Amino acid sequence: MPANTTVHTGTSLDLKGAEENARSFRYQLIAFALVAAFIIIAPQFLYPVFVMKLLCFALFAAAFNLMLGFGGLLSFGHAAFFGGAGYAAGHAAKIWGLPPEVSILFAVFVTVVLGAIFGFLAIKSRGIYFAMITLSFAQMVYFYALQSPVTGGEDGLQSIPRNHFFGLIDMSSDENFYWMVAAIFALGFLFVYRVIHSPFGEVLKGIRENEPRMISLGYQVQRYKLLTFIISAGVSGLAGGTKAMVFHLASLVDVHWTMSGEVVLMTLIGGMGTIFGPIIGAAVVVTMQNYLANLGSMVLIIQGGVFIICVLTFRKGIVGVIGSWLKVRL
Amino acid sequence: MFELLGIPPQALFGQVLLGLINGSFYAVLSLGLAVIFGLLNIINFAHGALYMMGAFVSWMLLTYFGIPFWFALVLSPLIVGSIGMVIERTMLRPLHELDHLYSLLLTFGLTLVITGIFQNYYGVSGKPYPIPDILSGGINLGFMYLPKYRAFIIVMSILVCFSTWFLIEKTRLGAYLRAATENPEMVSAFGINVPLLVTLTYGFGVALAAFAGVLAAPVYSVNPVMGNDLIIVVFAVIVIGGMGSIMGAIIGGFSLGLVEGLTKVFYPEASTTIIFIIMALVLLFKPSGIFGREA
Repeated sequence: MPANTTVHTGTSLDLKGAEENARSFRYQLIAFALVAAFIIIAPQFLYPVFVMKLLCFALFAAAFNLMLGFGGLLSFGHAAFFGGAGYAAGHAAKIWGLPPEVSILFAVFVTVVLGAIFGFLAIKSRGIYFAMITLSFAQMVYFYALQSPVTGGEDGLQSIPRNHFFGLIDMSSDENFYWMVAAIFALGFLFVYRVIHSPFGEVLKGIRENEPRMISLGYQVQRYKLLTFIISAGVSGLAGGTKAMVFHLASLVDVHWTMSGEVVLMTLIGGMGTIFGPIIGAAVVVTMQNYLANLGSMVLIIQGGVFIICVLTFRKGIVGVIGSWLKVRL
Repeated sequence: MFELLGIPPQALFGQVLLGLINGSFYAVLSLGLAVIFGLLNIINFAHGALYMMGAFVSWMLLTYFGIPFWFALVLSPLIVGSIGMVIERTMLRPLHELDHLYSLLLTFGLTLVITGIFQNYYGVSGKPYPIPDILSGGINLGFMYLPKYRAFIIVMSILVCFSTWFLIEKTRLGAYLRAATENPEMVSAFGINVPLLVTLTYGFGVALAAFAGVLAAPVYSVNPVMGNDLIIVVFAVIVIGGMGSIMGAIIGGFSLGLVEGLTKVFYPEASTTIIFIIMALVLLFKPSGIFGREA
């Protein structure tokens, strides 16, 4: 998917590019500071579970954006990783009684394996084909979750315990768990940031802009895409596993394809191919759902309407627009 | 009473019939998607929602205006097809120059809106739609009981599939269409109104979805989410058949429905996933689909 940012190769020596990079970096630091301040202050005036939900979705959207915004790969099956991780973490915590950090790591492991399998099969195709195939694979996971006794079918996994962090700190209170979620979000988000700004990320952007050229330059394009898919799946798993622990629940909602659509919407509203867009997008969508929850089916109509408006007239997204005003990459 | 592999014949033929009926819907729906994909190069995510709309329009025609099934079979596709043409003109056209993924996202948004509207007014519970009198009851074939309406579904969808194939492959209009698929600039240089052709094609694809919806109304309950999970299976069907391939959509639709039915007999646990598993296998060995051209 074409994005508004230009490609900056890591080896670029021209001063103008370097200056622009430094300018962008300053603004990015400010944005980081704002996000950090929000995470620290938020529990004072917002319901902690709401903020935790927001952070989980923001991380999920960041992982998704790594693929869509930077790799140009539209996956319509990310719910499989997000929801699947929820079941994995829930199973580890509830049945095996593992501590939260191990349960969530187990969820990441499961999604990385799942991502490797799906990615291996799907990555050869591109564009719409890729979207369809990832969607179908995710639906397979959905049906598995619907029928298997392991996942609890329609009921899902309920009352998942959070257990003790490293066997020491009781995580059952939301106040304690909040800081763990905040730490997970920070680690995950910084990891995605690091990937985007690594030589690997530069190659990825090159593939997005001009794949045949990258092939002719000798890059193993398929391997880069596959690795991106796996990273994205793993971080989505991190977000999904954490979300299941926050709500003590892993359910079918998180593996259904509407969830895959929701994460696309978050990325689109925030601005795809931006760094902070997914956070803003997730905040908008989660807040919207929160306030419209008692309107029933109106949520669907409004969400779909926002989707249509974004696609038709607002393709840069909120952060994308702010970035182009300030002439920096946010 | 003879048995086949330990399965009583009634159960076997029953599932084969059910598989063929599902296959009929897969075929008509994936045919519509293939027609749209061929010319517009987009995947119509809203196809499932428009199928639902087709069923709902026929239910409304009956409930509010007393218009019977046979007229609905023609009217509902016309109404929904016109809505499709409006959608194409107002929303899909501006996105034509952009990456086709945007069109996919737009039709996804449309799916949410359409589903939401019907849910808002009619709730999620199903609305019953009676089978037309002439088609109620069934025929005893000796080895199984064949409900007339179910046989009618299969016959109608084969007819529609064949006519569509004939229209596209054997008529002048179809030739224009195929030419516009290959090279729209060249075709419009010959004085053919390509934008109009695009609108009509989208309308036609949508009408096919609505037609399937009308056929489905008497057998499945008419409800706002009836197209939701069905459409994902249909996506897998067109990936298997080969994206944009008319023959692939028709043959793929019927045979995958049949395979699904047989899986229900022999290994019921896998019946919902078998099509996706086949898709994974096809992708491994022939990524462009069974009837698809090499990309």
